[in-house]
Amino acid sequence: MYSNTTKNGAMSVNSKLTRRRFIKGVIFSGAAATTGTGMYLAANAQSGQSAAERLVTLNINGRNRPVDVLPSETLAYTLRYKLDMTGTKIGCNRGECGACTVLIEGVPNYSCSVLTHNVKGKAVISIEGVKAADGTLHAVQQAFIAENSPQCGFCTPGQVMSAVALLNNNPRPTRSEAIDAMSGNLCRCGAYEHYINGVMRASGQLA
Amino acid sequence: MSTHIGKDFIPPDVPGKVTGEIKYAEDYKREGMVFARLLTSPMPSGRVVNIDASEALRMDGVVGVFTADDLPPVPPPGNPALASEYVTYVGQPILAVAAISEEIAESAIDKIRIDFERRDFVVDPIESLSPGGSNAYPEGNVLVRTQEEGPEGAPIVGAEIRDIKWPQSAIDAIKTGKEPVGGEFTTEWAFGDLDAGFADAATIIEEPFVTIGYPHHSLEARTGMAYWENGKCYFHGSSQSQSANNAGLARMLGIDLADLVFINEATGGGFGSKIGPYPFMAITGNFARVLNRPVQLRITREQEFYIGSARSGMQGWIKVGVKADGKVSAVDLVIVNDGGATGGGSGNSSAQHVTVAYQPESMRYRGISVYTNTTPRGAQRGPGQNEMAAVLAPMTDRAAAAINMDRVAFRTRNVLDSDGFQGGSQGPVTSAFVREALAQGARTFGWDEKLAQPKVNGSKVRGVGVGIGYHGAGGRGYDGLLRIAPDGRLFIHSGVGNLGTYSYAGTCRAAAEALQVPWERCEIVNGRSDKHLPHSSGQGGSNTIFTHTRTNWLAAQDAIAKLKEIAAADLGGAADDYGIGDERVYQSADSSIGLTYAEAAQRAMELGGKFSGQEYPDDINPLTQLAVQGLAGTGLIGVAKDNIPGQGQPPGVVVGFCEIEMDKDTGKFEILDYTAIADCGTVVHPKNFDNAMRGGAVWGVGMTALERHVYDPQNGLPANTGLYQNKPPTYKDVNLNTKMGGVNIPDPQNPTGGRGIGEPTQGASAAALASAISNALDGHLFNTAPTTTDMIINHLAGNSYSTKSLKTNTF
Ligand code: FES
Ligand code: FES
Repeated sequence: MYSNTTKNGAMSVNSKLTRRRFIKGVIFSGAAATTGTGMYLAANAQSGQSAAERLVTLNINGRNRPVDVLPSETLAYTLRYKLDMTGTKIGCNRGECGACTVLIEGVPNYSCSVLTHNVKGKAVISIEGVKAADGTLHAVQQAFIAENSPQCGFCTPGQVMSAVALLNNNPRPTRSEAIDAMSGNLCRCGAYEHYINGVMRASGQLA
Repeated sequence: MSTHIGKDFIPPDVPGKVTGEIKYAEDYKREGMVFARLLTSPMPSGRVVNIDASEALRMDGVVGVFTADDLPPVPPPGNPALASEYVTYVGQPILAVAAISEEIAESAIDKIRIDFERRDFVVDPIESLSPGGSNAYPEGNVLVRTQEEGPEGAPIVGAEIRDIKWPQSAIDAIKTGKEPVGGEFTTEWAFGDLDAGFADAATIIEEPFVTIGYPHHSLEARTGMAYWENGKCYFHGSSQSQSANNAGLARMLGIDLADLVFINEATGGGFGSKIGPYPFMAITGNFARVLNRPVQLRITREQEFYIGSARSGMQGWIKVGVKADGKVSAVDLVIVNDGGATGGGSGNSSAQHVTVAYQPESMRYRGISVYTNTTPRGAQRGPGQNEMAAVLAPMTDRAAAAINMDRVAFRTRNVLDSDGFQGGSQGPVTSAFVREALAQGARTFGWDEKLAQPKVNGSKVRGVGVGIGYHGAGGRGYDGLLRIAPDGRLFIHSGVGNLGTYSYAGTCRAAAEALQVPWERCEIVNGRSDKHLPHSSGQGGSNTIFTHTRTNWLAAQDAIAKLKEIAAADLGGAADDYGIGDERVYQSADSSIGLTYAEAAQRAMELGGKFSGQEYPDDINPLTQLAVQGLAGTGLIGVAKDNIPGQGQPPGVVVGFCEIEMDKDTGKFEILDYTAIADCGTVVHPKNFDNAMRGGAVWGVGMTALERHVYDPQNGLPANTGLYQNKPPTYKDVNLNTKMGGVNIPDPQNPTGGRGIGEPTQGASAAALASAISNALDGHLFNTAPTTTDMIINHLAGNSYSTKSLKTNTF
C-alpha cells in the first residue's frame, strides 16, 4: 500500500487533504449556486473581469512548459485547455471522482482541486507522460488492455495514474492494498474488478 | 467451428482509453471556438417574467445569449431544451451565454437578471394525487399517453397532461400499504382469472413498496461542440448511440440528414440517459449556427445531475397469491410512478418484471405516472424492471417461506422457459434457459452449502440471497453494411455507438466470422457519420448484441452471395458451386479454381451495379442509402436490411446469488460473495461479458443499498446533486472477487446465438443483495430501494421510522 510518504521521503500531499484545502479556500468563496459550478469557481467570477494571467513555468512530464495562468486556474484546466493535454479528464471538477488524477512529486492528486500556481517547481506527471518515450506502454496500461479494464474509459486515465503511483511505491501490493490505493477513483461503469485485476497483472501477480 | 464468436479480442478503442488519446466531445477544440454556459432555474416551480441580459451582453468577450425564443416552441409535455415561460425543476436550463472564454461566459451568467414568479411545487407524487395537492405543471399533474409508448429513450410523443386527484381514502390506503381503491389509473391490463387465482392460493402476501429515483451521473457530462461549414453541421456529441442520433438531431437543427456530421468516437457512459439526441443538443447546434462560430457547451457535474436524467421512482402495492406447490396463481399490482419534470414512469416495465419472475397464472396491473418538480426522468439501466426486482426479491422469499419451499426451488417452480411469456400481453420469447441458469448459479455459488452454515457469529450475521434480473434484449429491422476493399481487407461499417459496452466491436465479429476473415484483416469503421455508417439501433435496451450481430451477419451473407456470383461469372459454373474460406471464393469441387477476396473486390468495382454499391436494396433506411452512396465504387459492398423472420422478445436474464455479513451494531454489511449466471444465448466476447456482468453487479449495489434522490420537501431543493452525496458505489462498496458465468445456449433467432445482457446484470445483483439483507434479518421486509444503512440500523434498534411512511424522493 502506498503511504503518505513518497519515495524520497517527503511528506506527500494526500489527495483528500488537498481537496479540502482547496474547497475551503476557493469553492466557498463565491460560487453562485444557480449557475452551476463551472470551470471558474473562484473570485474571478464575482469580479466579472479577468484577473491577470501570469506566466509560470511548469514541469509537466519531465518538460518545462511556460504557460500563462490565472490565479484561480486549476491544474486540470491548465493541462486540458492551455496545454492541449486532454487525456486528463474532468468528471466532477470538485474532488469527488478522481478522473483528473495526476501525479505531483509522485503522489496522486486530483488536478481539478489543485491550483496551477501551487505546482510551480513541482514535477507533474499526467497520463500523457506515462508511456515510455519510445511509445511503449507502461505495464499498468498493458495490463489494463489485457484485462479489458476500461468500459467507457472516462475514468481510465485517472485509474492508470493511481495504479502507477501505487506500483512505484509498492511493486507487489496485495489485492486489498490495491483496492485501498485505487479507492479514490470512482468508476461509474463499475469496472472496479477489472482495474484491480489489471493492477495485479501489472505487478506480475496474475498470469 | 467458430473463429471469432465466443473468443476474446481487444476492441480497437481500448488502447486509446488507457493512454488518454481517445477523444470525447469535450476534448475537441476548433479555431474561433466560443464557450457556452447554461443559466438554470434556482427554483422548483415558477414562471419566468422577465430576462434582462443587457449588462451581460455589454461585457467584453460575450458574443451572444440564446433563449427558448431562438428554438422552435416545445409545448408540454415535451422536455424543452430551454424553458420558455414555466420552469418546473431546480436546474432547468433557461438560457445559454457564449463568450470567448469560459471565465467570461460564467461571469456573464452572473450579470443576467431574471424575474421569476413563484408557483406551488410538489416533490412527492402521492402528495400531488391527494385532494388539493399541488400540480407540477399549470396544466396538471399526470402524463397520459394518447399514443403507444416508443422504445426506451425515445422522446415522449402523443401524450397530454391531465389533472388527476384521488379520494383521500385511496391516498390513505396506499400510504398504509393497502389497495388504493377508488384511485384513478392511466394504464391498466389484466390476464387470467384473478379472483380464482387468489381463491386457489395457499398463501397470500400483501405489501407496499417504494423505490427512489437517482441520477445516471455518467462520468462524462453531456458536453457538446458544434460548428457549421458549407451548410453542414459538424456535431461532436456525447451519446450512447451513433446512427440512431442522426435523424432526430438533424430535425432539431432543421437540416437534411446528409447535412449532419455527427462525431462521437467515445462516450463516457450513458446508462440510458444518452440513447437518442437529447434536447440540449439543440442549443449547441443552433447557437453555433446563429453565432457562425464553433460553440462548446460544457455541462458541469451539477448540471448533469439536473439535466442528465434519472430513474423514475415508484410507490406501489402488490398482492401475490401462491399455491401450495409454489406456483404463483395471482398477482395484483399497483404502481404510482414519480415521473419528475418529464412525467414518464416505467411502471409497465416493472409489471413486466413480475410476469417474468413469476409467470403468474393471472395478473392485473394498474399504473399512473405523476409529474413532480424534480429532475427529468428517463430510461436508466433496466428502467422499471430492475427496481422492481430489488423490492420483489425479499417478498418472493417470504412467499417461499410461507409454503416451506427453498427460495431457489420457488424461483425454479415459476421460471421463464422457452415457451413462457413476458409482459401484460403475454408475448413470447425467442428462447429462455433461466432454469438452467438457476441450477448453474446455485452450484457455482454453493447455495445449499451456504444455507447450511451457521448464521450468527457474535454481532455479525450472515445473509444469503438470490435474485433474477430481466430485460428484453434485442431488436430487428436495422441495416448492415460492409466493404471488401481492393486489397482484400474487410471494412465493417457500424452505426453502433461506443458508450463503453464494446458492443460496436463485438457485433462486427459476426461479419468477420461469416466471411472467415482473420480479425487483423478487419477494420471497424465507426464514430462519425461521414464515414458512411448504416442505420442502427440506439444503444439502449440491451439490444445491440442481438440486433447487430444479425445485421452484420446479413451484410456478410450479401457479400458472400456477390463473391460467388462474381466467381461464377468469371470462372464458370453456378454461384452455388462456390464456397469461401481463407479469404478466397473458390469452386467447392476444386478449390484451386477461385478468386481472392482482393481480386473479387477489384472485379466488383469493374462490374459496378449492386456489386460495388451503385445499386442497393430499396428496403434499406435512408441513412444507409446515403452511406452506400458514399462507398459506391470503392470495393465489393455487402448491404442488407434485417428481414430475418421470427417473433418473440429476445430475453436477457441474469440470476444472482449473494452472501453478505452484516454487523448488527452498525447496520453495515460486507458482500462476501457474488455469483451471477446469465442466460444471454452464446457469449460473443467472454472478457467483455465479464466486465458487463460486473459493472451491472456494481450498479445493483448502488440501487439496493446506496443511491437515491433526496429532495427537501419544504423548499423543493435537491440535497445531493454531486457524486459524493449521491454515493455511486466505489471500490470499497462492492465485492471484487465475483464469479460470472453464462448458460451459453445459443438463441435460435440469432445467427451467432447471442442476445444482450447489459441491463439485467443490475437487476439480478440488486435483487440478490436485497434478498440477502432480508435473509440476514430473519426475513424482515424493508420494501424499499435503496435500503440504506440508516434504515437497517433503525430496524435493528426497533425504530419503524424508516419504513412507516414510505415516500419517494423525500425520506
Ligand atoms: S474531476 Fe477532479 S476529482 Fe472529479
Ligand atoms: S470506465 Fe466508465 S467510468 Fe470507469
